[in-house]
Amino acid sequence: MNSIIAFALLSIGGISFFTWNVLKIRQNILLGRETNRSDNSGERWRTMLLVAFGQKKMFSRPIAALLHLVIYSAFLITQIELIEIFIDGLSGEHRVFEDALGGFYTFLISFIEILSLLTFFVTIAFLARRNLLKLPRFTMSELRGWPMKDANLILIFEIILLSCIFTMNGADEASHLLKSNESYGFAVSQFLGPILFGGIKSIDTLHVLEQIGWWGHIFMVFVFLNYLPYSKHLHILLAFPNTYFSNLENKGRFTNMESVTNEVKLMLDPNADPYAAPTATSDAPQRFGAKDVTDLTWKNLMDAYSCTECGRCTSSCPANITGKKLSPRKIMMDTRDRLVEVGEGLRKNGKDYQDGKSLLGDYITEEELWACTSCNACVQECPINIDPLSIIIDLRRYLVMEESKMPTELTGMLTNIENNGAPWQFSPIDRLNWANEE
Amino acid sequence: MSLKVPTMAEMLANGETADVLFWVGCAGSFDDRAKKITKAVVKILNHCNVKFAVLGTEESCSGDPAKRAGNEFTFQMQAMMNIQVLNGYEVKKIVTACPHCFNTLKNEYPELGGEYEVVHHTQLIQDLINTGKLALEGNQTFKGKKITFHDPCYLGRANDVYEAPRTLIEKLDVELVEMKRCKTTGLCCGAGGAQMFKEAEKGNKEINIERTEDALETNSSIIATGCPFCNTMMTDGIKHAEKESEIQVLDVAELIANAADL
Ligand code: SF4
Ligand code: SF4
Repeated sequence: MNSIIAFALLSIGGISFFTWNVLKIRQNILLGRETNRSDNSGERWRTMLLVAFGQKKMFSRPIAALLHLVIYSAFLITQIELIEIFIDGLSGEHRVFEDALGGFYTFLISFIEILSLLTFFVTIAFLARRNLLKLPRFTMSELRGWPMKDANLILIFEIILLSCIFTMNGADEASHLLKSNESYGFAVSQFLGPILFGGIKSIDTLHVLEQIGWWGHIFMVFVFLNYLPYSKHLHILLAFPNTYFSNLENKGRFTNMESVTNEVKLMLDPNADPYAAPTATSDAPQRFGAKDVTDLTWKNLMDAYSCTECGRCTSSCPANITGKKLSPRKIMMDTRDRLVEVGEGLRKNGKDYQDGKSLLGDYITEEELWACTSCNACVQECPINIDPLSIIIDLRRYLVMEESKMPTELTGMLTNIENNGAPWQFSPIDRLNWANEE
Repeated sequence: MSLKVPTMAEMLANGETADVLFWVGCAGSFDDRAKKITKAVVKILNHCNVKFAVLGTEESCSGDPAKRAGNEFTFQMQAMMNIQVLNGYEVKKIVTACPHCFNTLKNEYPELGGEYEVVHHTQLIQDLINTGKLALEGNQTFKGKKITFHDPCYLGRANDVYEAPRTLIEKLDVELVEMKRCKTTGLCCGAGGAQMFKEAEKGNKEINIERTEDALETNSSIIATGCPFCNTMMTDGIKHAEKESEIQVLDVAELIANAADL
């Protein structure tokens, strides 16, 4: 009975704290501007199934994709065992599914065990890749400090979790053998059990070991769950909504700013009264472009929380490849860090709180923004359809339209377009000259 | 053979209508290298008797560089003025040899009131071949040469057009060699996003040089592109590598016009 209460308390505590954090994230994401991503649900489901569930875009790098797929499928399939653990924990039973499922149960647990064993090795391989191989995409400056620790912590959690599973199943197997001379027949633990615990001839000790594994496992599950909101590992949950709300338009299409459209229409309309009071379409005059996270759309903000810091975007970015400061991954990480800061500030100090900082300037510099060629390589590469480019463009818009800050050559280019309808100083009357030149 | 380049205004005055408007773009109109591409397109259109017209002096910058630079005002001013002209002529279909104009006209004009069928010149030429209006059978001009194709970002990733230019190149009886970064993973030439008009930020290399190295690795004698800006960037890259006597940078339209002996 005591263990049932302990389990219930652990579950309630773990789930409540997680929910509280999720609600904060939701609140933060909703600080973003409105953008409509509710159309075309068929296409959206399809995108989510292919890209998030089906891992489609991961496979542009087959080895990493395969290794990631092992962890991912182990994660998905273990959820079944987790359900059993919950029922066992709350009912005081032991392996409730065993009798109901019979031979299929053996198959299922065996399958989970094999995936878990593979995951164990993959996790070690990932740790080695990050810490020994020194791949440039994992050692860049934006990963220094917490992000690097975060990545390693997750992998270490995973190793502990898996060790618990095998302690649990291994000790259970050994005691089963001791009691009835019969094996459960699970693919891995029927061998691992005797190897690890075969020397122990006391059922009680084995039972304690199994319990340590069982409790250790479920405890780690809650640690993991509650670590997610503080970690890049949140992608395992957010990948799904994030791909569902993907941009379905051609990647080359930038949004047309509605506020500008209205003004331009007025300017071009010969019947418009230039002194007329501006029509009150929205009460608070919106800034042109984005200076801070609250000027971005909620989808930009969801992108930021979903980013798993894999750096595929940055390693395909022409600016970054050629040594410029711009890194699309850093754009996403900065957006998230700033959003967390803004959210905390607002919750602590009320909704009108301003801390005098902003995404542009305090986190992202102009130099980074101007290095972008808008080539969409980052958008293409991102395995969960994150769009760093749209943030870059919105920040540029603020710089140009609100502060008239841009490289001087661009000022010239824009003046040319405005004065003579071409980015260079050519007269519009000469536009057709080519037709008669030799 | 002199080029026939009717303008929309002339067509209207003669009571004719054009089947397709050729949007020349600023580079195609003013840049010396790009003008050659423009003429190659016209040669093909003339040869196939396509009823086309240009806007001539009524054309103005599509606004793309302004938009990518972040100046939405200038972009929308340009777009609205162009749309007034285009709608005035009741234009239905537009072809352009510039992927930047292509992208803007196709994706960003509709919301502002300009709805047209917009195609890239490689798509139109492919159509001309498919419908039998342009024949390339038996052409020997480029036979056996190695050609590599550089994907313009605003044609490829931005609009998922990867095959039309490649199909055309394959019609030339040549060996099409892909660069290690191609199609969806193609590397930018460095000109997009208004970079064409400014110095690059501080780094350790120019993007066009990095990209030219990809092309050089293929040992091709011709680098084909479908964008006047990519053309400039790759040409500069080849000059930097001092390979201009061995390697040519040509637009797909120029390849086709040459092969068809136009
Ligand atoms: S769009 Fe900009 S940030 Fe993204 S890969 Fe291209 S240059 Fe880099
Ligand atoms: S934006 Fe996408 S590709 Fe870039 S680091 Fe984040 S998850 Fe990886």
